[in-house]
Amino acid sequence: MNRSFFARNPSVLVFIAVLALFTLAVTVTSEAVGSGALSTSFIKTLGKTLCLCLVAIAMDLIWGFAGILSLGHMAFFGLGGYMIGMWLMYARTEMIVTASMANAEIPPTDQEIVDAIGTQIFGVVGSSDFPPIWAFADSLTLQLAMVVLVPGLLALVFGWLAFRSRVTGVYLSILTQAMTLALALYLFQNDSGLRGNNGLSGLQNLPGADAIPQADISLWFFWASALALALGYLLAAWITSGKFGSVIRGIRDDEARVRFLGYSVEGYKLFVFTLTAVIAAIAGALYYPQAGIINPAEIAPIASIYLAVWVAIGGRGRLYGAVIGAAFVSLLSTWFTSGQAPSIPLGFYTIDWVDWWQVLLGISFVLVTLFAPKGIGGLVDIFTGRIPPKRHGADLGPDSGSLQEQEAEQ
Amino acid sequence: MSTLLEVSGVSVSFDGFKAINNLSFSIGNSELRAIIGPNGAGKTTFMDIVTGKTRPDEGSVRWGELSHSLLKMNESQIARAGIGRKFQRPTVFEDQSVYDNLAMALKKDRAPWSVLFFRPYPEDKARIEGLAEEIGLSEQLHRKSGELSHGQKQWLEIGMLLAQEPRLLLVDEPAAGMTLAEREHTTDLLKEAAKTRAVVVVEHDMEFVRRLECKVTVLHEGSVLAEGSLDHVTKNQDVIDVYLGR
Ligand SMILES: Nc1ncnc2c1ncn2[C@@H]1O[C@H](COP(=O)(O)OP(=O)(O)O)[C@@H](O)[C@H]1O
Ligand SMILES: [Mg+2]
Repeated sequence: MNRSFFARNPSVLVFIAVLALFTLAVTVTSEAVGSGALSTSFIKTLGKTLCLCLVAIAMDLIWGFAGILSLGHMAFFGLGGYMIGMWLMYARTEMIVTASMANAEIPPTDQEIVDAIGTQIFGVVGSSDFPPIWAFADSLTLQLAMVVLVPGLLALVFGWLAFRSRVTGVYLSILTQAMTLALALYLFQNDSGLRGNNGLSGLQNLPGADAIPQADISLWFFWASALALALGYLLAAWITSGKFGSVIRGIRDDEARVRFLGYSVEGYKLFVFTLTAVIAAIAGALYYPQAGIINPAEIAPIASIYLAVWVAIGGRGRLYGAVIGAAFVSLLSTWFTSGQAPSIPLGFYTIDWVDWWQVLLGISFVLVTLFAPKGIGGLVDIFTGRIPPKRHGADLGPDSGSLQEQEAEQ
Repeated sequence: MSTLLEVSGVSVSFDGFKAINNLSFSIGNSELRAIIGPNGAGKTTFMDIVTGKTRPDEGSVRWGELSHSLLKMNESQIARAGIGRKFQRPTVFEDQSVYDNLAMALKKDRAPWSVLFFRPYPEDKARIEGLAEEIGLSEQLHRKSGELSHGQKQWLEIGMLLAQEPRLLLVDEPAAGMTLAEREHTTDLLKEAAKTRAVVVVEHDMEFVRRLECKVTVLHEGSVLAEGSLDHVTKNQDVIDVYLGR
């Protein structure tokens, strides 16, 4: 039992190795430093996919391990994106404004600069004043702290209210949907302070990096996303492999029993809920600079449902399953919805995948849930030989002559 | 002998049906007690009240030397105060190994933060192996507990209770579905445990109760019908009428 963490969890080493190889392969085929076989926009897609894998790990922790089907984690992902987006927009607008005002005869005061930035950013919603939530937007350090603090605090307060009153199961799922819906509706308003349905844009342009080609920047973000995914995976594997993992899986399987063992189930749920919200927020903060734009539609309830679908298809309760599901389904989804998938002419009707992809996804989800509850990750069991025991009809007791299973069921 | 648990005048009703009716019960340190009674007498409900799962409508439940009220505490606080419980159906974490089940039950700090950084010391491992030995599961230590037989799961649950090192152990029908030899092993485990702590055993089977050789409380329709040695209560006419006579 005294073997090292990696010896006990060989899948972690395999995962890190595969991720490293993948990162290397992408690097040597990138436009920035390699052969250029992969376009910059495709590298962005891959980088974004890695972020989605990271949020899927968070989802797997909360759902696959702790058994809490949260259908609101994309709200934290989106909030993380908004928080970093505020700095990106502010800092870049500030540079443009200072540059254009530099030629004025009277040097502008600080207040004039801030006002000009405000007009630039909030012109689209007919305002020019900075709402209080932008108070820290001029500081990268503070705004990075907000990436963690804002979603973390929201999760802490929401989770405390929900878990304290012992809301569980489908009621909790509905409550989390309500949370993400309420947040999206709030952000859609023009006076929410985050530019309403315009959202934040131009996020792919790093302040002061206009001279650096997007090819380079996209590769940097790809590397950062790969690193974040590796660290997130390690953290999740470490958490779930120890006694803490035992307790949260116990909560998933029989929370009343865990309570009678003396563990405060509510405290554990709150801990996992908040931690996963923070992981989701970090993933979002890496995703949206690659996407270039964030708007409230990203936080719509359906986004969190997709997240659950990815994890279910990949196989919940095992971390690599979540990663496989998120990568596989989201890349496939990009392929189908971007019109690259060939349409199927049936003579009387043409199946156009842009429209039919969601139907296909829905059917796959139902089929996986019904017939392969372990998901794609379950295929690994075929090789490692982890087969659940079938005891039907066996003696129940350690000694022969005990009740048989069928008898005891009566 | 000082009282460890004092339940007095407790009543609880479900939709107007009085499952527990003005029940009083007390048990001292290191005492073994059997509770018998027909189905629906309220035995499991009594355990639910003591462990905080069900709130009584009236009455008081007091615990320990300082007579703290258990009614103000939740399930996990009561468990940490030193009351362990075994359920009627064996409830172990089937997806986890016998070792992990015992490790989770081991008496340690239960706050999330310290559990996160917990790594077992050699003495913790030795303790788990010792417990496994006691409940006859040494060979199965690294098997998933879902693969165990029904009787082995019952023992594992008793082992988890012992690992908690509670001062009071509540055991609901431990011998259900066991062979004679397994029952004897279970009796030994319980009698051994009662040397250092209080143990309350709910049981249907008279032979099993006889082997426990302890004071017996007969429950009927939510209140105590008789109390005393097994021979004493089996001679009681009320008891014969409602329970033994059937
Ligand atoms: N949660 C509940 N809701 C309604 N009725 C209950 C509940 N729990 C127990 N009862 C009723 O209370 C009575 C006592 O049940 P119980 O304590 O389980 O009896 P037993 O002595 O067989 O363990 C039974 O009639 C049962 O139907
Ligand atoms: Mg019962």
